[in-house]
Amino acid sequence: MSESVKDKVIEIIAEQAVLDVADVSMDSTLEDLGIDSLGLVESIFAIEEAFDIQVPFNANDPSSSEFDISSVASIIDAVEGLVAAQNS
Amino acid sequence: MKRVVITGQGTINALGHNVPATLGAMREGRCGIGELDIRDVDRLSIRIGGQVRGYTPEDHFNRQQIALFDRFTQFTLLAAREAIAQSGLSFSGELSDRSGVVLGTSGGGMNTLDENYRSVYEEGKNRVHPFVVPKLMNNAATSHVSMEFNLRGPSFTVATACASSNHAMGHAFQLIRGGAAPVMITGGSESMLCFGGVKAWEGLRVMSKDGCRPFSANRNGMVQGEGAAVFVFEEYEHAKARGADILAEVIGFAMTSDASDIVMPSKQGAARAISGAMRDAGLSPEAVGYINAHGTGTAANDKTECAAVVDVFGAHADRLMISSTKSMHGHLIGGTGAVELLACVMALRDGVIAPTIGYEEPDPECTLDVVPNEAREADVDVVLSNAFAFGGLNAVLALRKV
Repeated sequence: MSESVKDKVIEIIAEQAVLDVADVSMDSTLEDLGIDSLGLVESIFAIEEAFDIQVPFNANDPSSSEFDISSVASIIDAVEGLVAAQNS
Repeated sequence: MKRVVITGQGTINALGHNVPATLGAMREGRCGIGELDIRDVDRLSIRIGGQVRGYTPEDHFNRQQIALFDRFTQFTLLAAREAIAQSGLSFSGELSDRSGVVLGTSGGGMNTLDENYRSVYEEGKNRVHPFVVPKLMNNAATSHVSMEFNLRGPSFTVATACASSNHAMGHAFQLIRGGAAPVMITGGSESMLCFGGVKAWEGLRVMSKDGCRPFSANRNGMVQGEGAAVFVFEEYEHAKARGADILAEVIGFAMTSDASDIVMPSKQGAARAISGAMRDAGLSPEAVGYINAHGTGTAANDKTECAAVVDVFGAHADRLMISSTKSMHGHLIGGTGAVELLACVMALRDGVIAPTIGYEEPDPECTLDVVPNEAREADVDVVLSNAFAFGGLNAVLALRKV
């Protein structure tokens, strides 16, 4: 399960950044990948649709949201947590 | 160039169904934002708004009119009736032929769209009411005002998202100043508080679930409102000759485009519009006593707007007052600049500055005097009204006491 969450999130981020999946590393920030605020909101929408979850995120102040977007790894952790909570 | 004055104003919004009630609420710092009462609200994650309450269309319009008037048109007509009644004008002959209507709206007949999409998509019906198109079109309100009051001159509707009303009023000002019309009915209207309207805004993730707190460090987004405000702009000599009660003078207008981003505001674009309006009016920065801010309560707007004001005004930025009345009536999108112009006229005419309510924590990036929480008595001669729209389209008006 966990591996598939990771793969799917990376796929979503790669698509948004117009990059190859192989070019998205776990420690990349969205900024590194060239994803701006609109791209971020669109990625979160895609994640919600892919996993049928609600991501707690307010675009006014992304850094203070409960959802940690500081790196690709942190996003995957957060999505795994939300998916686990959904299934429990 | 001709001088342009305001000789009538009218409104209906979350703070009141007319101008006295609205200004009373602004003086008291009352909040018109509350739980939304709309169909399918349980499927929304944003459930608050500045909704017009206690409103019964049948009190103002007959059955045929209600079949033809979307809520945004109804609001516009009520505001126009109040404004034109105050002005004392009636339109016939050459005055009728040369006077017109220019109004702003962003969504037009959004409730009509929402209801009819439900009907064909959700309920699977294959027939819609014959008036769907004339009811939902963005220029419906302008046309109905022109028909009710016999205004046969230059008339059109402006849609520039959150700056629609300011662009409309700026055009009206320019038409009179340039001699194309002696009187223009202007302002704007919006009625987007329906399931589809709120759901669309939800998607952008910039809406607050609990309140509109512009310039306050703990703000968390914007809150939508609805309603209309309409003004009578009149050529000064025309108003003077008939002994009209002049509420304020419109002295400058500027519009700019950021040409940079579809949602993120630009400090330069905002600053160029503010300084452009002052240049158009021949004002020095020190002359400006109050700015009605765009002040949406989003981090992006508030920080950019404060920085733009500091850029334009320099040291005077700390001496002027700037408040966001959206904290009370919500963001009326295409109608917002019009309702906010009421606060500008109140500042000039009554010497009362409407507050920014919901202000709880200072923000180091917004250190201007935002008139927190309580209205203030102050003698100001010149005010500005800012509007900065999605799409980077900015429009700023300058008004003076008469």
